[in-house]
Amino acid sequence: MSMLYVIEVENLVKRYRKAEKNAVDGVSFRVREGEFFAFLGPNGAGKTTTISILTTMLAKSSGEATVAGFDVATAQAEVRRRIGVIFQAPSLDKNLTAEENIRFHASLYGLFGFRPLYALMPRAYKARVQELAEIVGIRDALFNPISTFSGGMKRRIEIIRSLMHKPRVLFLDEPTTGLDPLSRKNVWEYLRTVRREENTTIFLTTHYLEEAEEADHICIMNNGRIVSSGTPSEIGSDIINAYLMLDAKSRMTLAAELAAHGFPFTGTGPFRAPLSKQHTAQDIIRAIATPLTLLRIHEPTLEEAYIEIINATSGPQANPASAAA
Amino acid sequence: MTRPSARIISRECSAIATIAYRDFTKLLRDRPRMLAGLIFPVLFIGVLGTSLNAAIGHDIGFDFLAFVFTGVFAQVLFQSSAAGVMSLIEDRENDFSQELFIAPVSRYSIIFGKILGETLVSYAAGVGVLLFGLIIGVPFTSLQLLLVILAGFAACFLGGAFGVLVLANLSSQRTVAQVFPFILFPQIFLAGVFNPIDKLPLVLAFLSRATPLTYVVDLVRNAYYGATPSGAMARAVAFSPLVDITVIGVLFFVFLVFGTMLFIRREQNR
Repeated sequence: MSMLYVIEVENLVKRYRKAEKNAVDGVSFRVREGEFFAFLGPNGAGKTTTISILTTMLAKSSGEATVAGFDVATAQAEVRRRIGVIFQAPSLDKNLTAEENIRFHASLYGLFGFRPLYALMPRAYKARVQELAEIVGIRDALFNPISTFSGGMKRRIEIIRSLMHKPRVLFLDEPTTGLDPLSRKNVWEYLRTVRREENTTIFLTTHYLEEAEEADHICIMNNGRIVSSGTPSEIGSDIINAYLMLDAKSRMTLAAELAAHGFPFTGTGPFRAPLSKQHTAQDIIRAIATPLTLLRIHEPTLEEAYIEIINATSGPQANPASAAA
Repeated sequence: MTRPSARIISRECSAIATIAYRDFTKLLRDRPRMLAGLIFPVLFIGVLGTSLNAAIGHDIGFDFLAFVFTGVFAQVLFQSSAAGVMSLIEDRENDFSQELFIAPVSRYSIIFGKILGETLVSYAAGVGVLLFGLIIGVPFTSLQLLLVILAGFAACFLGGAFGVLVLANLSSQRTVAQVFPFILFPQIFLAGVFNPIDKLPLVLAFLSRATPLTYVVDLVRNAYYGATPSGAMARAVAFSPLVDITVIGVLFFVFLVFGTMLFIRREQNR
């Protein structure tokens, strides 16, 4: 049986005790099975709160949320059995070896009965551990204590651990924060492989916009609300348009020519001519006779869109810089 | 195919065993902690017990060394289990508890597994205390030894459940370090670890009966003195073993259920 949406959230609200406003303020979204879903937003936007509710770690105040078809408030055990979670702070036991951490997890999830030694574990367990260790490239260090591991290696162990029970959804709460660029790149490579081979839905929160570029769907959260959602190319496409960047030795001639043909443009040189259905790049360059020194199509980046959206949706107190502008 | 209920039970049992084993493994890799667990009992029994026995042992008519020994044995197990269970707070601060509490396992199994694990850990120290007692000449028959060991498990379980109750009301490891002595030391004196409690003034007698540790100390003494002449028995022991076992059973259940409920509420309803 497969279902279309593996996560469904309807009007979710969370207000912490003694808080004056809602940390999550009426959020609704859906995630398709197998999708790579990214949750973006500044610190304090409500991302971690949302992920804590979806993973049954925190009680919601109101609204509905289901994961894999089970209510996160009333069917906690069913939800937990179907999700894997990689937390913001590493959650490995430093006193144990990597494999012991994984074995501990497998027994807790009822996959295999507990055995005090690796050698006594069933063959299926060993095969699964080795298979995953191979994917994340940590096979040689499997039996070393966690205390000897680097941050990136710990993350990899956590990825293996969270995948042992073949979860439908893998939640990753800022998984690459604090990792050096190379480790970050590696972790993403492993996640990509894992996604391809296990067809796991990935639910990611992150600060790094480039990590969200390849997501199927993005939600941007600010002040507890969803302020934008869509595919990476859709995000902010109504706010920030692609434009043609033009310049010429004789700027006055160029400006006059653009105006004569009725192309809107900004700047005093180089000029920016917004692109639209009426004014395609092709239309513009066909019309221009002035010799150009610069010609470039600028596509809006996710980062531009993100900054624009966050600034537009932050109150004046929340962002004095945008208020002054 | 197994029935769903049987599967759930076997899964919870596997989880309990896993959690308990983790605690024990941690202890085995932490030698300083094992040694530290032995220092206080050795001081209490070796120095305090021996000197008190020499000073007043003859006047009170029974072996005071054995009295202190049984008291300290019970207290060490109780205290070590309580402190061990409270390490769940440490886990919470190291964020390891996230992994524990996200598992599809009943909270009661997690807590019970923790108590079981800390019982094993406590007994590592408990065995040391027993050996030390034998070395300095506390008289033991093999029946007494067996009964004392069995009674010791009750001390561990109640200590663990007591730890859950305390844990559920504390927020950080620092608070634990600050509060723990205050809830433990009064119990040591009120439970009569070193002092007979048969002739206490009314208020203290009442407080003594309200102290959980009293009943585990008394149960261990019942186990020890049960096979000795009735004169010593009458002064060293406060209640019948049946009373001790009943009170310990009820307290264990109440502490565990109530403590776990509180703990879950604190975790989820932030």
